[in-house]
Amino acid sequence: MIAELGLAALWLAAALAGLQLVCGALATRVMGHGDGATTELALVTRPVAILQGGLVAFSFAMLVWVFVITDLSVKLVVANSHAMKPLVFKIAGAWGNHEGSMLLWVTVMALAGALIAAIERRLPERTMQATLAAQGFVALGFYAFLLLSSNPFERLPLPPAEGMGLNPLLQDIGMAFHPPTLYVGYVGLSVAFSFAVGALLTRQVTPDFARAMRPWLLGAWVFLTLGITAGSYWAYYELGWGGWWFWDPVENAALMPWLAATALLHSAGVLAARDALRAWTIMLGVVAFSMSMVGTFLVRSGILTSVHAFAVDPRRGSFILALLAIYIGGALLLFALRAGTVSEGQRFAIASREGALVVNNVMLSAVLAIVLLGTLYPLLTEAFDVRVSVGPPYFNPVGAVFVVPMLLVMAVGPLLRWRRDSLGRISRELALVGALILAALVLVSILGEVELLPLLGLALATGLAVASLLPLRGRALRRVPLATWGMVAAHLGIAVALFGMASDSAFTRERLVALAPGQDAQVGPWRVTLERIDPVAGPNWTALQATLRASYNDGPPTALAPQARSFWAPAQQTSETALATRWNGQLYAAMGGEAPGATGSPRWQLRLWWKPFVIWIWLGGLMVAMGGVMALVGRVLADVKRRSVTRRAASRRADRAEVLAAGANE
Amino acid sequence: MKPKHQRLVLVVVALVALIAAGLLAAWALRNQASYFYLPEQMQSDPPAVGQGVRLGGMVEMGSLRTLADGVTIAFVVTGNGDARVPVRFAGILPDLFEEGSGVVAEGSLQADGTFRADNLLAKHDENYVPRELEGMSRMQAAKMAEETTVGLE
Repeated sequence: MIAELGLAALWLAAALAGLQLVCGALATRVMGHGDGATTELALVTRPVAILQGGLVAFSFAMLVWVFVITDLSVKLVVANSHAMKPLVFKIAGAWGNHEGSMLLWVTVMALAGALIAAIERRLPERTMQATLAAQGFVALGFYAFLLLSSNPFERLPLPPAEGMGLNPLLQDIGMAFHPPTLYVGYVGLSVAFSFAVGALLTRQVTPDFARAMRPWLLGAWVFLTLGITAGSYWAYYELGWGGWWFWDPVENAALMPWLAATALLHSAGVLAARDALRAWTIMLGVVAFSMSMVGTFLVRSGILTSVHAFAVDPRRGSFILALLAIYIGGALLLFALRAGTVSEGQRFAIASREGALVVNNVMLSAVLAIVLLGTLYPLLTEAFDVRVSVGPPYFNPVGAVFVVPMLLVMAVGPLLRWRRDSLGRISRELALVGALILAALVLVSILGEVELLPLLGLALATGLAVASLLPLRGRALRRVPLATWGMVAAHLGIAVALFGMASDSAFTRERLVALAPGQDAQVGPWRVTLERIDPVAGPNWTALQATLRASYNDGPPTALAPQARSFWAPAQQTSETALATRWNGQLYAAMGGEAPGATGSPRWQLRLWWKPFVIWIWLGGLMVAMGGVMALVGRVLADVKRRSVTRRAASRRADRAEVLAAGANE
Repeated sequence: MKPKHQRLVLVVVALVALIAAGLLAAWALRNQASYFYLPEQMQSDPPAVGQGVRLGGMVEMGSLRTLADGVTIAFVVTGNGDARVPVRFAGILPDLFEEGSGVVAEGSLQADGTFRADNLLAKHDENYVPRELEGMSRMQAAKMAEETTVGLE
């Protein structure tokens, strides 16, 4: 019954998405006829969007519910859950599979649509109608995908006695938060897409449009940043390989929308403040969500194999590919037809803040192109029966060609004035940042043998950290707008993360050892002693646990307990790593199997890493997200204040008119 | 400069950067992509010593042993014919790695003809097969599936 309720709600929501498309499109058409022309249909669009969001949320709640009670007559529950699993993983199991995660996808999409329908009042009503129509159109395709080829509520004729369980790699607390966070960001970009399409349809590409779009974009971007940061940390401690970014296609699928959204965020800033870069902003709005859809295609079609590609089904692949062709192709076609009619914005000099932001945009787009080509290349060559894999030797140096100049411009850009400026005016700041970068370059290369890219990273991080604080210099700190603090925090976060990345690749020490209980090994400044090996058991696994004693520079010892776990539903082994965190880095320990000892006594394999400043990577990611939150709150508060001031001024004018009128009557 | 010209300049700058990125990517991909080799290809047409490639095949029965240091593992990868490539790997073996099962080794060929693996990819669970293993001959795939698949009928 519960599953049927969910399915019925999903069908109703799909029908409402269709209605939203029709009403929005007709209203856009009618309202285009001239001043004041309107239709009753326009009144329907917003409530329909809100109702649709509510129905999908209900449907998703029903799916979570069948997972919580482990209803074994539902096929999806049988394939992905098990009565013995802890509750939080039963809930997370609802989206730890293909169908459930696609339902989460449309849920986020519909809720985002409902939210703009409910509270966005700044856009011209006609653009709003077109935007909601576009949102409904995109949602419709994904409803069709869910209902026709990936029904999450499918029943089994004969319920089995027990479910097959969730992939143990996904049985981690990070799994409960990572997909919803990432999806809010990923699919939240659909709002930017619909705004762009709406503005193109009505030709209303104005600074007001950019101001209306910016908070939505910032919200999605914050979640995307958090999702990527969390996903990276998850891969770091759960996979047991000691790496934090593998240039895995799935990671790239999240990175590409982030790159496009970051570019869009900056170009929307130019459009809002200076009325320039109109067509470019629209283009990026289309590209950002297109990258989300490309990512969904890569991850969900089964064309790649990874922990994210839950099942391989070629029919689903061609379905998503068709959706991609319709939406991306359609949006780009609309852009090609309408871009010419979007009139040119304001001009600006090369040495201006707009100029710096154009460089940022072009470089981010170039990096996006490089990541996209590197991700698709193996698929292309496979068509010619040549199998290749593309990894760090491609992405790192080729990406750096564009990232390094972008970071240099990023250090300077916020110091420049809008419209027209000269580098001479900020020559002292330029000299300071340049000197810092050079000093760091020289110092690091004297102190140790460091490869080129980490060396550049360390030097740039130093310069960038100081440069990101310079916009605050000489200003009354209390009167600096919150949005400016947000920019400073986000740019500083990039410097912090960059420092962590460079430091990790430059100074990591790794040891692979086989130890008998009582023996010890040295890795970097740490001395690690294997004390004993014990069997331990959890709710749905058993494990061998090593008890390690680690001391930093012969200081007081810290206890570490990495495990080699065996799950029984489904049967699989995972490695639980153990971490000792200090402010200046992390000791990372993973346990392997038994190795025959020289004298016959058993030895155990241990893989140990000392990773200086590695946590700064995720700390920086959090700072970037925090900066986004500050900018979002700052913009929204400023907007609320401005509107209440206008309202008060209007009511005062009305009062005065009333008094005058009363006086005239006497 | 008229507005029209500024737009033109911006479009040209963006196009030039994107085309440069595309060309650079195409050039780098030809050089940096790591190619996939079967054991017989590795013997008939070996990659340059030290070049990063992937080697995929079956772990020969009875060939797996741990060297005296306790952390280096030696085994032999076989292909369809009688091609055999000796592999050395220092690290923790992936779960479900065993003799007679399929494996993809990432690493490079050494001057003495052994393949030094930096990373081994084995089947993680029934949903995760290294892509390269999917295209192996039907017989091998069936054999591998039988031996390494858990929990499927």
